[in-house]
Amino acid sequence: MSERLTADVAIIGGGLMGCSAALALRRMNLSVVLLEQGWCGAQASGVNYGGVRRQGRPVVQLPLSQRAYAIWQRLPQLIGSDCEYAISGHLKLARNEAELASLEDYRGQADGFGLQLEILGREALRQRYPWLGENIAGGSLCPGDGHANPRLVAAAFALAARNHGADLREGTTVESAVFDGRQFTVCAAGGLEVKAKFLLNCAGAWGAKFAEQFGEQVPEYPIFPNMWVTEPMPKLVEPNVGIVGGGFYVRQVARGNFVLGGGRGTGQLAIASTRPDSAAMFASMRMACEFIPALRNALVIRSWTGVEGALPDHQPVLGPSVTTPGLFHAFGFSGGGFQLAPAVGEVLADLVAHGATATPIEAFSIGRFNAAS
Amino acid sequence: MNEPRIVIVGAGPAGVRAAEVLAAVGLRPVLVDENQRAGGQIYRQPPAGFVRSAKQLYGFESAKADALHHTFSQLLSHIDYRPETLVWNCDGRQLDLLDRGQQRSLPYSHLMLCTGAIDRVLPFPGWLLPGVYTLGAAQVALKAQGCVIGSRIVMVGSGPLLYLLAYQYAKAGASIAAVLDTSSFSGKLQATADLLKQPLTLAKGLYFLAWLRCHGVKVVEGVDKIAVSGEQKVKTISWHKNGREQTLECDAVASGFGLRSETQLADLAGCVFEFNQLNQQWLPQRDLAGRSSVKGVYLAGDGGGIAGADAAELAGKRAALALLEDLGKTIDPREGRRLDRALQRIQGFRRGLERAFPAPVAWARECADEEIICRCEEITAGELRRVVNHAGTVEMNRLKALTRVGMGRCQGRVCSAAAAEILACSAGKSLTEIGRLRGQPPIKPFPVVVGVALSSARETS
Ligand SMILES: Cc1cc2nc3c(=O)[nH]c(=O)nc-3n(C[C@H](O)[C@H](O)[C@H](O)COP(=O)(O)OP(=O)(O)OC[C@H]3O[C@@H](n4cnc5c(N)ncnc54)[C@H](O)[C@@H]3O)c2cc1C
Ligand SMILES: Cc1cc2nc3c(=O)[nH]c(=O)nc-3n(C[C@H](O)[C@H](O)[C@H](O)COP(=O)(O)OP(=O)(O)OC[C@H]3O[C@@H](n4cnc5c(N)ncnc54)[C@H](O)[C@@H]3O)c2cc1C
Repeated sequence: MSERLTADVAIIGGGLMGCSAALALRRMNLSVVLLEQGWCGAQASGVNYGGVRRQGRPVVQLPLSQRAYAIWQRLPQLIGSDCEYAISGHLKLARNEAELASLEDYRGQADGFGLQLEILGREALRQRYPWLGENIAGGSLCPGDGHANPRLVAAAFALAARNHGADLREGTTVESAVFDGRQFTVCAAGGLEVKAKFLLNCAGAWGAKFAEQFGEQVPEYPIFPNMWVTEPMPKLVEPNVGIVGGGFYVRQVARGNFVLGGGRGTGQLAIASTRPDSAAMFASMRMACEFIPALRNALVIRSWTGVEGALPDHQPVLGPSVTTPGLFHAFGFSGGGFQLAPAVGEVLADLVAHGATATPIEAFSIGRFNAAS
Repeated sequence: MNEPRIVIVGAGPAGVRAAEVLAAVGLRPVLVDENQRAGGQIYRQPPAGFVRSAKQLYGFESAKADALHHTFSQLLSHIDYRPETLVWNCDGRQLDLLDRGQQRSLPYSHLMLCTGAIDRVLPFPGWLLPGVYTLGAAQVALKAQGCVIGSRIVMVGSGPLLYLLAYQYAKAGASIAAVLDTSSFSGKLQATADLLKQPLTLAKGLYFLAWLRCHGVKVVEGVDKIAVSGEQKVKTISWHKNGREQTLECDAVASGFGLRSETQLADLAGCVFEFNQLNQQWLPQRDLAGRSSVKGVYLAGDGGGIAGADAAELAGKRAALALLEDLGKTIDPREGRRLDRALQRIQGFRRGLERAFPAPVAWARECADEEIICRCEEITAGELRRVVNHAGTVEMNRLKALTRVGMGRCQGRVCSAAAAEILACSAGKSLTEIGRLRGQPPIKPFPVVVGVALSSARETS
């Protein structure tokens, strides 16, 4: 079977980046064909922890993160569902004075970006959150942060993009992409060929492979954050909780289940090849119970992981290719792309439509690796 | 070559017979089972100290039960038996065990999965009322505890277990108000040729039916539209027969629509699955002898496809022979062939049973929107259908992601059959096309406190 399509923009990858870009482009009336090897939103975007958090991000990400924050408030209007997005606050805990000092330091750095961070000392913290354990020196609360159901978000973006006229092809693996000086030709397994003026590389953990096809070397490597979830428990913990250093994170969803993460699972760069790791789960269980003792009584009903692309400096690659005009990259979000994604889609659409975006993204340029080598 | 580390999961007929064959050549397999005592489902033993004779407990099968329990007691000093131990994860060449409240890991070179089956559950109005049990649970109550589930009991569903259980209950002195069979008499007639492949078993089945009728138990075949109602607990059950509704008072209902293989460990072990038309279920691939698609992993008994207890004993032996062969030991090829022939005969009978007791075909179409399909997450048929229609979902794991069906405590063991039927029916696809739920550890809930204890112990050592 062979099929030929033409579009203004071809997108490789139907994760949250690809799907939000598809929607943003359709809203600008550009034609879009998106190619996804599996199901849209079934990889990192669909299996992540669900933290919608600005606090703790490197300061260079904050403008992008703030843009995303504004979009998260409009999810129902934009994609027809709130996807269980809850503004619960994000509480970052410090075990000792040094960690508390680092939180204060961060508040200083993030000043002016609109995060409204509030530092809480030991006593204030225990009064506000009586479920907390003993050995906590303090914490920092970002009241506007929260969490959402990752299984719903990318799927809802995909559906909205489709309803706006994007041509989403699931079960379609891209095998090659080339540029002839005028346009891109993207070939997928099964004989589908897409010609497009612009190409977006939104292939997540697989992103470096496509960058390489255009002569751009990126030291991307896969990571497999380890996740687990308890049975439903009585409502106890409102904010999304993490600690300095990131050893574990936990949130309680509306139904009562606690979703937790910490450590790493294992896997390969193949679809459905990931495995959670028992030892990592036990270690994060212990940490979680130290901070939220009530979790000791819980039963775990499921554990899992997923594959995410990471880069050595923990910053994504986002922006124009340095070798090929009309090619834009958005991959390697290093474990933090869920919150950013709605803004990434708009930034990519800005770049396609106007060749520029008002959101500062220089720090994420793919050129930073070429320059180093 | 290193000593093989052979682990058998499940001490039912399949697991015990496999252990017997291995122990006979001087190997010392580990035999892990979640239950307190060996015997599996059919030859389940009551707790030590309970006094009911084998005849009372197992009826016609008492000689087989005695034989299996006897074999097991002889085996005990030759195997490493771990009762009350749940295998909750299988990763690479290692199992995670919840061993009487403690976490342990157990590496293996060879793994024999003899994990048995559970009831196939299809919801009907009132199925969540207190007093409604599965057939299997009702039988466990009787076998393990000498209890019955009520004082006016209705048994409903399809499959041989329906009549067997009614008979066992009646023999134990329980009052059976009715046996309601969703399969029809004519279907059973058509299946006779295959059923005659096991004339003895067929005779037993007919005997149960005749016995029940003779003892005045109401048996109705070809019923549909079952509904149970009551305020806090079961009060009445109603059904349709030839388009006419009938109602009966009762205080307990046991229901089941055949059995489903317990395949989660095979899934986690990486076995390739295929859709099995006979069982209407995705099953791990295996060759005649029980070898799975993963080297060193074997399947025997109902866990690899429903075939009943006699087949489980044969298959346990057969898979153990295959394992010995794979270890380079010489085995008597005649023994393997004999077992293969016996297993094939039973397979023919199984075809007959499936034809005689099909799961209700119209169930998915008729199931009301407000019916809860996934009781852990309280997901209704209507919510499933909405997602199929709204999002165009055509695959099981996508349905799970979007609705939480199969994501609760049971991890789909109870609800996935019904959810798959609803998805296939609403999407106009076959059960094969919609795929199967991917498993994740733990296969049954795991206490956080156990993980904490282990992690703390590792820290201090
Ligand atoms: C377990 C886990 C927990 C996480 N927790 C958080 C969190 O709490 N907060 C947060 O902000 N971030 C979190 N993240 C990170 C976040 O999920 C990711 O940064 C984000 O989803 C990345 O989106 P993406 O679209 O780049 O990647 P993906 O969702 O992986 O999408 C990439 C898509 O490209 C497709 N693709 C690849 N190759 C091809 C090809 N050849 N042809 C066609 N399609 C192809 C893939 O199938 C995939 O669907 C977590 C990640 C994981 C794995
Ligand atoms: C509820 C029920 C009642 C049945 N009653 C009858 C009957 O009366 N007559 C009849 O002919 N057939 C009956 N069957 C069919 C029965 O399953 C088989 O006939 C026979 O028991 C199959 O033997 P087996 O060895 O394959 O599995 P089983 O006898 O089911 O043994 C499997 C064993 O594996 C153990 N196990 C499974 N998973 C794990 C795990 N993860 N970790 C640790 N241990 C595990 C279980 O505890 C169990 O002891 C019944 C089935 C069910 C489900």
